[in-house]
Amino acid sequence: MNDARTDGAAGPLEIRIDTKTYASAEGKPVEVIRGLNLQLDAFSFGALIGPSGCGKTTILHIAAGLDPNFIGQRRIPGRGRLGIVFQEPRLLPWRTVADNIRLVLPANESLDQLGELIETLGLGSHLSHYPGELSLGLARRVAIARAFAVRPDFLLLDEPFVSLDAAVAARLREELTTLTQREQVTTLLVTHDLSDAIQLADRLFFLSTRPASIVAEIALPPPRGARSKAMVEQIAEEVRTRVPGYLSGITHA
Amino acid sequence: MAKVLSLAALLGLWALIAWLVHSPLLPSPMSVGEAIVVDTRSGELPFQMACTLARVAAAFAIAFTLGVAGGYAMGRSKLIDRYADPWLVVLLNLPALVIIIFAYIWIGLNETAAIIAVALNKLPNVIVVTREGARSLDPNLDEMAQAFQFTWQSKLRNVVIPQLAPYLAAVSRSGLSIIWKIVLVVELLGRPNGVGFVLGSSFSLFDMTRILSYAISFVALMLAIETFLVQPLERRTNRWRRRAA
Repeated sequence: MNDARTDGAAGPLEIRIDTKTYASAEGKPVEVIRGLNLQLDAFSFGALIGPSGCGKTTILHIAAGLDPNFIGQRRIPGRGRLGIVFQEPRLLPWRTVADNIRLVLPANESLDQLGELIETLGLGSHLSHYPGELSLGLARRVAIARAFAVRPDFLLLDEPFVSLDAAVAARLREELTTLTQREQVTTLLVTHDLSDAIQLADRLFFLSTRPASIVAEIALPPPRGARSKAMVEQIAEEVRTRVPGYLSGITHA
Repeated sequence: MAKVLSLAALLGLWALIAWLVHSPLLPSPMSVGEAIVVDTRSGELPFQMACTLARVAAAFAIAFTLGVAGGYAMGRSKLIDRYADPWLVVLLNLPALVIIIFAYIWIGLNETAAIIAVALNKLPNVIVVTREGARSLDPNLDEMAQAFQFTWQSKLRNVVIPQLAPYLAAVSRSGLSIIWKIVLVVELLGRPNGVGFVLGSSFSLFDMTRILSYAISFVALMLAIETFLVQPLERRTNRWRRRAA
Protein backbone atom coordinates (compact mmCIF):
# COMPACT_ATOMS: atom_id res chain seq x y z
CA MET A 1 0.00 0.00 0.00
CA ASN A 2 0.96 3.59 -0.41
CA ASP A 3 -0.04 6.00 2.31
CA ALA A 4 -0.11 9.75 2.00
CA ARG A 5 -1.57 12.78 3.72
CA THR A 6 -3.39 15.48 1.79
CA ASP A 7 -2.15 18.88 2.82
CA GLY A 8 -4.07 20.87 5.39
CA ALA A 9 -7.27 20.00 7.18
CA ALA A 10 -9.29 20.76 4.05
CA GLY A 11 -7.78 18.03 1.88
CA PRO A 12 -9.90 15.37 0.23
CA LEU A 13 -10.13 11.71 1.19
CA GLU A 14 -8.88 9.52 -1.63
CA ILE A 15 -8.93 5.77 -1.77
CA ARG A 16 -7.56 4.06 -4.84
CA ILE A 17 -7.53 0.28 -4.77
CA ASP A 18 -6.05 -1.21 -7.91
CA THR A 19 -6.51 -4.68 -6.55
CA LYS A 20 -7.26 -6.40 -3.29
CA THR A 21 -7.18 -10.15 -2.93
CA TYR A 22 -7.92 -12.61 -0.16
CA ALA A 23 -6.71 -16.14 0.21
CA SER A 24 -9.72 -18.44 -0.07
CA ALA A 25 -10.20 -21.47 2.14
CA GLU A 26 -8.40 -23.59 -0.47
CA GLY A 27 -5.50 -21.13 -0.46
CA LYS A 28 -6.30 -19.69 -3.88
CA PRO A 29 -6.30 -15.90 -4.12
CA VAL A 30 -9.74 -14.36 -4.67
CA GLU A 31 -9.93 -10.84 -6.00
CA VAL A 32 -12.53 -8.86 -4.05
CA ILE A 33 -11.84 -5.31 -5.29
CA ARG A 34 -10.49 -4.18 -8.65
CA GLY A 35 -9.93 -0.70 -10.01
CA LEU A 36 -11.78 1.19 -7.32
CA ASN A 37 -11.27 4.91 -7.16
CA LEU A 38 -13.05 6.97 -4.56
CA GLN A 39 -12.52 10.66 -3.97
CA LEU A 40 -14.40 12.59 -1.35
CA ASP A 41 -14.14 16.38 -1.06
CA ALA A 42 -13.25 17.92 2.27
CA PHE A 43 -16.18 18.21 4.69
CA SER A 44 -18.54 16.34 2.38
CA PHE A 45 -20.55 13.25 3.24
CA GLY A 46 -20.15 10.30 0.92
CA ALA A 47 -22.11 7.09 0.99
CA LEU A 48 -20.74 3.83 -0.33
CA ILE A 49 -23.65 1.63 -1.35
CA GLY A 50 -23.58 -1.95 -2.40
CA PRO A 51 -25.12 -5.35 -1.91
CA SER A 52 -24.18 -7.43 1.13
CA GLY A 53 -20.89 -9.25 0.76
CA CYS A 54 -19.55 -7.06 -2.04
CA GLY A 55 -16.57 -5.89 0.00
CA LYS A 56 -17.89 -2.68 1.56
CA THR A 57 -16.39 -3.43 4.93
CA THR A 58 -13.08 -4.34 3.30
CA ILE A 59 -13.00 -0.91 1.65
CA LEU A 60 -13.81 0.72 4.98
CA HIS A 61 -10.97 -1.20 6.66
CA ILE A 62 -8.58 -0.04 3.97
CA ALA A 63 -9.82 3.55 4.33
CA ALA A 64 -9.29 3.28 8.09
CA GLY A 65 -5.73 2.10 7.59
CA LEU A 66 -6.50 -1.18 9.35
CA ASP A 67 -5.68 -3.28 6.30
CA PRO A 68 -2.40 -2.44 4.57
CA ASN A 69 -2.50 -5.48 2.31
CA PHE A 70 -3.76 -4.02 -0.96
CA ILE A 71 -2.31 -2.50 -4.09
CA GLY A 72 -3.23 1.12 -4.48
CA GLN A 73 -3.04 4.37 -2.60
CA ARG A 74 -4.76 5.99 0.31
CA ARG A 75 -4.68 9.72 0.96
CA ILE A 76 -6.25 10.96 4.14
CA PRO A 77 -7.06 14.54 5.07
CA GLY A 78 -5.34 16.76 7.63
CA ARG A 79 -3.51 15.16 10.52
CA GLY A 80 -5.21 11.93 9.63
CA ARG A 81 -7.15 11.58 12.86
CA LEU A 82 -9.77 8.94 12.30
CA GLY A 83 -13.18 8.58 13.93
CA ILE A 84 -14.79 5.25 13.20
CA VAL A 85 -18.10 3.60 14.04
CA PHE A 86 -17.97 -0.13 13.48
CA GLN A 87 -21.02 -2.20 12.70
CA GLU A 88 -20.98 -3.65 16.20
CA PRO A 89 -20.44 -0.85 18.73
CA ARG A 90 -17.11 -2.35 19.92
CA LEU A 91 -17.18 -0.60 23.27
CA LEU A 92 -15.03 -1.82 26.14
CA PRO A 93 -17.57 -3.68 28.31
CA TRP A 94 -15.45 -3.21 31.46
CA ARG A 95 -15.36 0.57 31.13
CA THR A 96 -18.26 2.93 31.74
CA VAL A 97 -19.73 4.97 28.90
CA ALA A 98 -17.83 8.02 30.16
CA ASP A 99 -14.53 6.10 30.29
CA ASN A 100 -15.07 4.60 26.85
CA ILE A 101 -15.32 8.10 25.43
CA ARG A 102 -12.60 9.54 27.65
CA LEU A 103 -10.08 6.96 26.41
CA VAL A 104 -9.95 8.41 22.91
CA LEU A 105 -9.94 12.10 23.85
CA PRO A 106 -7.01 14.13 22.58
CA ALA A 107 -4.56 15.08 25.33
CA ASN A 108 -5.60 18.09 27.43
CA GLU A 109 -9.29 17.68 26.62
CA SER A 110 -11.87 16.51 29.09
CA LEU A 111 -15.34 15.07 28.89
CA ASP A 112 -16.79 18.39 30.08
CA GLN A 113 -15.91 19.93 26.73
CA LEU A 114 -18.10 17.40 24.95
CA GLY A 115 -21.35 18.52 26.60
CA GLU A 116 -23.00 19.44 23.32
CA LEU A 117 -22.06 16.16 21.63
CA ILE A 118 -23.29 14.11 24.55
CA GLU A 119 -26.51 16.09 24.72
CA THR A 120 -27.20 15.78 20.99
CA LEU A 121 -26.84 12.01 21.26
CA GLY A 122 -28.93 11.87 24.44
CA LEU A 123 -26.23 10.17 26.49
CA GLY A 124 -26.20 12.53 29.47
CA SER A 125 -27.98 10.16 31.85
CA HIS A 126 -25.99 7.09 30.75
CA LEU A 127 -22.42 8.21 31.34
CA SER A 128 -21.95 6.07 34.44
CA HIS A 129 -23.46 2.94 32.87
CA TYR A 130 -21.52 -0.02 31.54
CA PRO A 131 -22.09 -0.93 27.86
CA GLY A 132 -23.79 -4.19 28.86
CA GLU A 133 -26.56 -2.16 30.46
CA LEU A 134 -27.38 -0.31 27.23
CA SER A 135 -29.71 -1.12 24.34
CA LEU A 136 -28.12 -1.52 20.91
CA GLY A 137 -29.37 1.91 19.89
CA LEU A 138 -27.74 3.54 22.88
CA ALA A 139 -24.52 1.56 22.45
CA ARG A 140 -24.34 2.77 18.83
CA ARG A 141 -24.76 6.33 20.08
CA VAL A 142 -21.86 5.85 22.48
CA ALA A 143 -19.77 4.53 19.59
CA ILE A 144 -20.75 7.61 17.57
CA ALA A 145 -19.90 9.91 20.47
CA ARG A 146 -16.53 8.18 20.76
CA ALA A 147 -15.85 8.68 17.03
CA PHE A 148 -16.59 12.41 17.31
CA ALA A 149 -14.70 12.79 20.59
CA VAL A 150 -11.48 12.08 18.69
CA ARG A 151 -12.00 15.42 16.86
CA PRO A 152 -11.62 13.48 13.62
CA ASP A 153 -10.35 14.77 10.30
CA PHE A 154 -12.37 12.03 8.69
CA LEU A 155 -15.14 9.83 9.90
CA LEU A 156 -16.02 6.29 8.78
CA LEU A 157 -19.43 4.78 9.52
CA ASP A 158 -20.09 1.09 8.91
CA GLU A 159 -23.83 0.38 8.66
CA PRO A 160 -24.69 2.43 11.75
CA PHE A 161 -28.45 1.82 11.41
CA VAL A 162 -28.41 -1.91 10.94
CA SER A 163 -30.78 -3.81 13.27
CA LEU A 164 -32.24 -0.67 14.84
CA ASP A 165 -36.00 -0.19 14.71
CA ALA A 166 -37.27 2.46 12.31
CA ALA A 167 -37.97 5.21 14.85
CA VAL A 168 -34.59 4.85 16.54
CA ALA A 169 -32.82 4.79 13.18
CA ALA A 170 -34.66 7.92 12.04
CA ARG A 171 -33.61 9.83 15.15
CA LEU A 172 -30.05 8.66 14.82
CA ARG A 173 -29.98 9.84 11.18
CA GLU A 174 -31.07 13.31 12.29
CA GLU A 175 -28.45 13.39 15.03
CA LEU A 176 -25.75 12.31 12.60
CA THR A 177 -26.73 15.03 10.14
CA THR A 178 -26.57 17.65 12.88
CA LEU A 179 -23.22 16.40 14.12
CA THR A 180 -21.42 16.02 10.80
CA GLN A 181 -22.52 19.52 9.75
CA ARG A 182 -21.62 21.13 13.05
CA GLU A 183 -18.25 19.41 13.40
CA GLN A 184 -17.27 19.89 9.73
CA VAL A 185 -15.86 16.45 9.18
CA THR A 186 -15.34 14.51 5.94
CA THR A 187 -17.50 11.42 6.32
CA LEU A 188 -17.80 8.13 4.49
CA LEU A 189 -20.84 5.99 5.25
CA VAL A 190 -20.96 2.35 4.22
CA THR A 191 -24.47 0.99 3.83
CA HIS A 192 -26.68 -1.39 1.90
CA ASP A 193 -29.67 0.90 2.45
CA LEU A 194 -30.25 3.42 -0.33
CA SER A 195 -32.73 5.58 1.57
CA ASP A 196 -30.33 5.98 4.50
CA ALA A 197 -27.65 7.03 2.06
CA ILE A 198 -29.87 9.51 0.22
CA GLN A 199 -31.06 11.13 3.41
CA LEU A 200 -27.59 11.64 4.85
CA ALA A 201 -25.08 12.04 2.04
CA ASP A 202 -24.28 14.54 -0.64
CA ARG A 203 -22.48 12.06 -2.86
CA LEU A 204 -23.38 8.44 -3.56
CA PHE A 205 -20.93 5.79 -4.72
CA PHE A 206 -22.40 2.56 -6.07
CA LEU A 207 -20.41 -0.62 -5.87
CA SER A 208 -20.61 -3.58 -8.20
CA THR A 209 -20.53 -7.17 -7.03
CA ARG A 210 -17.16 -8.93 -6.70
CA PRO A 211 -14.62 -7.87 -7.69
CA ALA A 212 -16.00 -4.56 -6.49
CA SER A 213 -15.51 -1.27 -8.24
CA ILE A 214 -17.54 1.91 -8.38
CA VAL A 215 -20.10 1.63 -11.16
CA ALA A 216 -21.91 4.93 -10.64
CA GLU A 217 -21.39 8.15 -8.74
CA ILE A 218 -24.26 10.54 -8.09
CA ALA A 219 -24.04 13.99 -6.51
CA LEU A 220 -27.09 14.99 -4.49
CA PRO A 221 -28.38 18.58 -4.30
CA PRO A 222 -27.96 20.35 -0.96
CA PRO A 223 -29.05 20.62 1.76
CA ARG A 224 -28.45 17.15 3.12
CA GLY A 225 -30.45 15.82 6.01
CA ALA A 226 -34.16 16.55 5.71
CA ARG A 227 -34.83 14.97 2.32
CA SER A 228 -38.39 13.97 1.63
CA LYS A 229 -39.65 10.53 0.82
CA ALA A 230 -40.55 11.76 -2.66
CA MET A 231 -36.99 12.87 -3.23
CA VAL A 232 -35.62 9.55 -2.04
CA GLU A 233 -37.96 7.85 -4.55
CA GLN A 234 -36.88 10.20 -7.33
CA ILE A 235 -33.20 9.53 -6.74
CA ALA A 236 -33.79 5.80 -6.51
CA GLU A 237 -35.48 6.09 -9.91
CA GLU A 238 -32.45 7.89 -11.29
CA VAL A 239 -30.18 5.12 -10.04
CA ARG A 240 -32.46 2.58 -11.67
CA THR A 241 -32.10 4.23 -15.06
CA ARG A 242 -28.39 4.86 -14.80
CA VAL A 243 -27.49 1.40 -13.56
CA PRO A 244 -30.21 -0.92 -14.84
CA GLY A 245 -31.08 -3.84 -12.64
CA TYR A 246 -28.85 -2.45 -9.93
CA LEU A 247 -31.32 -1.98 -7.12
CA SER A 248 -32.36 -5.63 -6.94
CA GLY A 249 -29.53 -6.36 -4.54
CA ILE A 250 -30.00 -3.48 -2.11
CA THR A 251 -32.67 -2.17 0.19
CA HIS A 252 -34.52 1.02 -0.50
CA ALA A 253 -37.63 2.65 0.88
CA MET B 1 -24.09 -20.20 58.48
CA ALA B 2 -24.04 -23.64 56.87
CA LYS B 3 -20.24 -23.37 56.66
CA VAL B 4 -19.91 -22.62 60.37
CA LEU B 5 -22.23 -25.48 61.34
CA SER B 6 -20.42 -27.90 59.06
CA LEU B 7 -17.03 -26.94 60.50
CA ALA B 8 -18.39 -27.20 64.02
CA ALA B 9 -19.67 -30.69 63.23
CA LEU B 10 -16.23 -31.68 61.96
CA LEU B 11 -14.62 -30.40 65.14
CA GLY B 12 -17.23 -32.27 67.21
CA LEU B 13 -16.60 -35.49 65.32
CA TRP B 14 -12.85 -35.10 65.79
CA ALA B 15 -13.28 -34.49 69.53
CA LEU B 16 -15.56 -37.52 69.84
CA ILE B 17 -13.21 -39.89 68.02
CA ALA B 18 -10.21 -38.54 69.93
CA TRP B 19 -12.06 -39.18 73.20
CA LEU B 20 -13.02 -42.70 72.09
CA VAL B 21 -9.61 -43.87 70.85
CA HIS B 22 -7.72 -41.96 73.54
CA SER B 23 -4.35 -42.27 71.80
CA PRO B 24 -1.41 -39.84 71.45
CA LEU B 25 -1.71 -40.43 67.68
CA LEU B 26 -5.00 -38.52 67.65
CA PRO B 27 -4.84 -35.61 70.07
CA SER B 28 -8.08 -33.80 70.92
CA PRO B 29 -8.93 -30.44 69.33
CA MET B 30 -8.39 -28.85 72.77
CA SER B 31 -4.79 -30.02 73.11
CA VAL B 32 -4.02 -28.99 69.53
CA GLY B 33 -5.52 -25.57 70.24
CA GLU B 34 -3.40 -25.32 73.36
CA ALA B 35 -0.26 -26.17 71.36
CA ILE B 36 -1.13 -23.45 68.86
CA VAL B 37 -1.49 -20.89 71.66
CA VAL B 38 1.78 -21.93 73.33
CA ASP B 39 3.79 -21.83 70.07
CA THR B 40 2.23 -18.54 69.04
CA ARG B 41 3.21 -16.97 72.36
CA SER B 42 6.77 -18.24 72.07
CA GLY B 43 7.00 -16.79 68.54
CA GLU B 44 7.91 -20.17 67.06
CA LEU B 45 4.73 -20.65 65.05
CA PRO B 46 4.62 -17.11 63.56
CA PHE B 47 8.30 -17.41 62.59
CA GLN B 48 7.87 -20.73 60.79
CA MET B 49 4.74 -19.54 59.06
CA ALA B 50 6.46 -16.33 57.94
CA CYS B 51 9.33 -18.37 56.44
CA THR B 52 6.90 -20.51 54.46
CA LEU B 53 4.76 -17.54 53.44
CA ALA B 54 7.80 -15.65 52.14
CA ARG B 55 8.70 -18.65 49.97
CA VAL B 56 5.12 -18.90 48.71
CA ALA B 57 5.14 -15.21 47.82
CA ALA B 58 8.51 -15.31 46.05
CA ALA B 59 7.70 -18.46 44.06
CA PHE B 60 4.27 -17.10 43.17
CA ALA B 61 5.68 -13.79 41.94
CA ILE B 62 8.25 -15.53 39.74
CA ALA B 63 5.85 -18.12 38.32
CA PHE B 64 3.18 -15.51 37.71
CA THR B 65 5.43 -12.96 35.99
CA LEU B 66 7.23 -15.44 33.74
CA GLY B 67 4.11 -17.51 33.14
CA VAL B 68 1.93 -14.58 32.10
CA ALA B 69 4.62 -13.21 29.78
CA GLY B 70 5.28 -16.65 28.26
CA GLY B 71 1.62 -17.60 28.02
CA TYR B 72 0.74 -14.31 26.37
CA ALA B 73 3.54 -14.68 23.82
CA MET B 74 2.48 -18.25 23.04
CA GLY B 75 -1.16 -17.29 22.76
CA ARG B 76 -0.44 -14.42 20.37
CA SER B 77 2.26 -15.95 18.17
CA LYS B 78 1.75 -19.25 16.41
CA LEU B 79 5.49 -19.51 15.77
CA ILE B 80 6.47 -19.15 19.43
CA ASP B 81 3.71 -21.55 20.37
CA ARG B 82 4.92 -24.19 17.95
CA TYR B 83 8.47 -24.09 19.29
CA ALA B 84 7.74 -23.64 23.00
CA ASP B 85 4.88 -26.11 23.26
CA PRO B 86 7.01 -29.29 23.49
CA TRP B 87 8.99 -27.75 26.38
CA LEU B 88 5.76 -26.88 28.03
CA VAL B 89 4.45 -30.41 27.70
CA VAL B 90 7.66 -31.81 29.25
CA LEU B 91 7.47 -29.35 32.13
CA LEU B 92 3.78 -30.09 32.66
CA ASN B 93 4.51 -33.78 33.00
CA LEU B 94 7.54 -33.58 35.27
CA PRO B 95 6.51 -34.69 38.77
CA ALA B 96 6.92 -31.96 41.40
CA LEU B 97 9.27 -34.16 43.38
CA VAL B 98 11.61 -34.66 40.40
CA ILE B 99 11.90 -30.91 39.85
CA ILE B 100 12.60 -30.35 43.54
CA ILE B 101 15.34 -33.03 43.61
CA PHE B 102 16.96 -31.67 40.44
CA ALA B 103 16.95 -28.14 41.86
CA TYR B 104 18.52 -29.20 45.16
CA ILE B 105 21.17 -31.33 43.46
CA TRP B 106 22.13 -28.84 40.75
CA ILE B 107 21.73 -25.57 42.63
CA GLY B 108 22.39 -26.77 46.15
CA LEU B 109 20.42 -26.98 49.36
CA ASN B 110 19.65 -23.30 49.50
CA GLU B 111 16.85 -20.77 49.28
CA THR B 112 17.36 -20.10 45.55
CA ALA B 113 16.93 -23.76 44.71
CA ALA B 114 13.83 -24.03 46.89
CA ILE B 115 12.09 -21.07 45.31
CA ILE B 116 13.09 -21.99 41.75
CA ALA B 117 11.82 -25.51 42.28
CA VAL B 118 8.42 -24.28 43.44
CA ALA B 119 8.14 -21.62 40.73
CA LEU B 120 9.03 -24.18 38.03
CA ASN B 121 6.32 -26.46 39.31
CA LYS B 122 3.69 -23.78 38.98
CA LEU B 123 5.00 -22.13 35.80
CA PRO B 124 3.51 -24.47 33.14
CA ASN B 125 0.04 -24.12 34.60
CA VAL B 126 0.24 -20.31 34.52
CA ILE B 127 1.44 -20.48 30.92
CA VAL B 128 -1.34 -22.82 29.80
CA VAL B 129 -4.12 -20.74 31.34
CA THR B 130 -2.72 -17.39 30.18
CA ARG B 131 -2.22 -18.78 26.68
CA GLU B 132 -5.88 -19.77 26.62
CA GLY B 133 -6.79 -16.23 27.64
CA ALA B 134 -4.49 -14.63 25.08
CA ARG B 135 -5.98 -16.81 22.34
CA SER B 136 -9.47 -15.68 23.20
CA LEU B 137 -8.71 -11.95 22.99
CA ASP B 138 -11.35 -10.25 20.87
CA PRO B 139 -9.83 -9.24 17.49
CA ASN B 140 -12.61 -6.66 17.06
CA LEU B 141 -11.48 -4.75 20.13
CA ASP B 142 -7.90 -5.03 18.90
CA GLU B 143 -8.93 -3.37 15.67
CA MET B 144 -10.86 -0.71 17.56
CA ALA B 145 -7.79 0.11 19.65
CA GLN B 146 -5.70 0.33 16.50
CA ALA B 147 -8.19 2.57 14.71
CA PHE B 148 -8.34 4.95 17.65
CA GLN B 149 -4.55 4.91 17.98
CA PHE B 150 -4.38 3.69 21.57
CA THR B 151 -0.86 3.78 22.96
CA TRP B 152 0.41 0.31 23.86
CA GLN B 153 0.18 1.15 27.56
CA SER B 154 -3.42 2.22 27.21
CA LYS B 155 -4.23 -0.85 25.12
CA LEU B 156 -2.64 -3.12 27.70
CA ARG B 157 -4.50 -1.51 30.58
CA ASN B 158 -7.88 -0.98 28.96
CA VAL B 159 -8.18 -3.71 26.34
CA VAL B 160 -5.86 -6.65 27.07
CA ILE B 161 -5.70 -6.98 30.86
CA PRO B 162 -9.47 -6.72 31.42
CA GLN B 163 -9.94 -9.59 28.97
CA LEU B 164 -7.22 -11.65 30.66
CA ALA B 165 -8.46 -10.82 34.17
CA PRO B 166 -10.71 -13.87 34.63
CA TYR B 167 -7.85 -16.13 33.53
CA LEU B 168 -5.34 -14.39 35.78
CA ALA B 169 -7.75 -14.61 38.70
CA ALA B 170 -8.20 -18.35 38.11
CA VAL B 171 -4.44 -18.78 37.92
CA SER B 172 -3.83 -16.84 41.14
CA ARG B 173 -6.39 -18.92 42.92
CA SER B 174 -5.21 -22.34 41.84
CA GLY B 175 -1.65 -21.06 41.92
CA LEU B 176 -1.71 -20.11 45.54
CA SER B 177 -3.18 -23.44 46.65
CA ILE B 178 -0.74 -25.50 44.57
CA ILE B 179 2.29 -23.45 45.51
CA TRP B 180 1.87 -23.61 49.25
CA LYS B 181 1.49 -27.36 49.11
CA ILE B 182 4.69 -27.72 47.11
CA VAL B 183 6.54 -25.27 49.36
CA LEU B 184 5.89 -27.61 52.29
CA VAL B 185 7.50 -30.50 50.39
CA VAL B 186 10.50 -28.37 49.45
CA GLU B 187 10.94 -27.36 53.08
CA LEU B 188 10.58 -30.91 54.26
CA LEU B 189 13.33 -32.06 51.88
CA GLY B 190 15.91 -29.38 52.30
CA ARG B 191 15.24 -26.30 54.42
CA PRO B 192 16.10 -25.69 58.11
CA ASN B 193 12.90 -23.75 58.79
CA GLY B 194 9.32 -23.23 57.64
CA VAL B 195 6.13 -25.16 58.28
CA GLY B 196 7.28 -28.03 56.03
CA PHE B 197 10.47 -28.41 58.07
CA VAL B 198 8.50 -28.51 61.34
CA LEU B 199 6.12 -31.10 59.91
CA GLY B 200 9.10 -33.23 58.83
CA SER B 201 10.86 -33.13 62.17
CA SER B 202 7.61 -33.76 64.06
CA PHE B 203 6.92 -36.70 61.78
CA SER B 204 10.16 -38.37 62.82
CA LEU B 205 9.08 -37.90 66.46
CA PHE B 206 5.49 -39.00 65.80
CA ASP B 207 4.42 -35.73 67.44
CA MET B 208 0.83 -35.55 66.13
CA THR B 209 -0.13 -32.58 68.30
CA ARG B 210 2.59 -30.48 66.75
CA ILE B 211 1.86 -31.71 63.23
CA LEU B 212 -1.82 -30.90 63.56
CA SER B 213 -1.24 -27.52 65.18
CA TYR B 214 1.10 -26.32 62.42
CA ALA B 215 -0.91 -27.83 59.58
CA ILE B 216 -4.16 -26.32 60.80
CA SER B 217 -2.61 -22.91 61.44
CA PHE B 218 -1.15 -22.77 57.97
CA VAL B 219 -4.32 -23.96 56.24
CA ALA B 220 -6.21 -21.28 58.17
CA LEU B 221 -3.72 -18.64 57.04
CA MET B 222 -4.02 -19.64 53.37
CA LEU B 223 -7.81 -19.69 53.63
CA ALA B 224 -7.70 -16.19 55.11
CA ILE B 225 -5.52 -14.95 52.24
CA GLU B 226 -7.89 -16.54 49.74
CA THR B 227 -10.98 -15.05 51.41
CA PHE B 228 -9.72 -11.58 52.23
CA LEU B 229 -7.28 -10.95 49.38
CA VAL B 230 -7.91 -13.11 46.31
CA GLN B 231 -11.70 -13.19 46.34
CA PRO B 232 -12.24 -9.43 46.85
CA LEU B 233 -9.76 -8.78 44.03
CA GLU B 234 -11.69 -11.13 41.78
CA ARG B 235 -14.97 -9.45 42.69
CA ARG B 236 -13.52 -6.06 41.87
CA THR B 237 -12.34 -7.08 38.42
CA ASN B 238 -15.73 -8.61 37.69
CA ARG B 239 -17.77 -5.63 38.85
CA TRP B 240 -18.81 -4.61 35.32
CA ARG B 241 -20.00 -8.13 34.56
CA ARG B 242 -22.45 -8.24 37.47
CA ARG B 243 -23.78 -4.78 36.78
CA ALA B 244 -24.45 -5.71 33.18
CA ALA B 245 -26.14 -9.03 33.99
